Amino acid sequence: MKQWKRSNAPIFWVLFGGGGTLSSLFGPALILVTGLLVPLGLLASGTMSYARMLAFAQNFIGKAFIFAVIMLFAWHAVHRIYKSLHDFGIHPGPLPALCCYGSAMVITLVGAFSLLRIGF
Amino acid sequence: MSKLTAGTANRKPFKRPMAGWYKRDPFFVRYMWREVTALAVLLYAIVLMVGVLRLSQGEAAFNGWLAALGSPLSIVFHLVLLVAMVYHVYTWFEVMPKTMPLLYAGGKRVADATIMRGGIVAAIVTNLALLALVWGMRP
Repeated sequence: MKQWKRSNAPIFWVLFGGGGTLSSLFGPALILVTGLLVPLGLLASGTMSYARMLAFAQNFIGKAFIFAVIMLFAWHAVHRIYKSLHDFGIHPGPLPALCCYGSAMVITLVGAFSLLRIGF
Repeated sequence: MSKLTAGTANRKPFKRPMAGWYKRDPFFVRYMWREVTALAVLLYAIVLMVGVLRLSQGEAAFNGWLAALGSPLSIVFHLVLLVAMVYHVYTWFEVMPKTMPLLYAGGKRVADATIMRGGIVAAIVTNLALLALVWGMRP
């Protein structure tokens, strides 16, 4: 009997779908808060102070949210970029795949390492 | 080399030029813009990754990240990210009827426009809820 090799496509598809949905539900608001409202001083000062962000990252829910956002955004983006490279004349292969998915892996690991170092 | 393929090496078969192919049709242009929004999502993931990395390195490092976010270049950059992210949200729900399993209600297919509108309304609600949460928990 022929041994069928299981496709790894569903894993990447789930990460892509999860990241696309999470970024749709919270992406614009997150960019607005961290990139515009807080830096421009339009929210109360200290909204993103070290003490508050540390407490948020030490909280279990906060930690899970930060990790989910960083990881899923990264995997969503690289999957889409990898598939679109084809349209720019860079065809699927081990090197483009390594560059794309490797980047997401590095982002995931740096995020996880940082969150673990922050502690609980 | 077989008789059939002999000689093909010297011929120059016509190849349809593909350079700038997406400029041929507005639909393709919209498709390309949609795909490009992935860059914004990636760049924002990196911004946040640097943020938690700096947070783990202590107060001085984190304050340096906050200060960098306040630079004019960063503000412009985040404005571009915001526009791209909003377009990403719109297109995400635009294609949702094609990417999700068929949805039935009362024995009939739910219309694509209904699914799209439902998704966009859900995204508006959750994004506003997050903004309200940040506002409500201000120090």
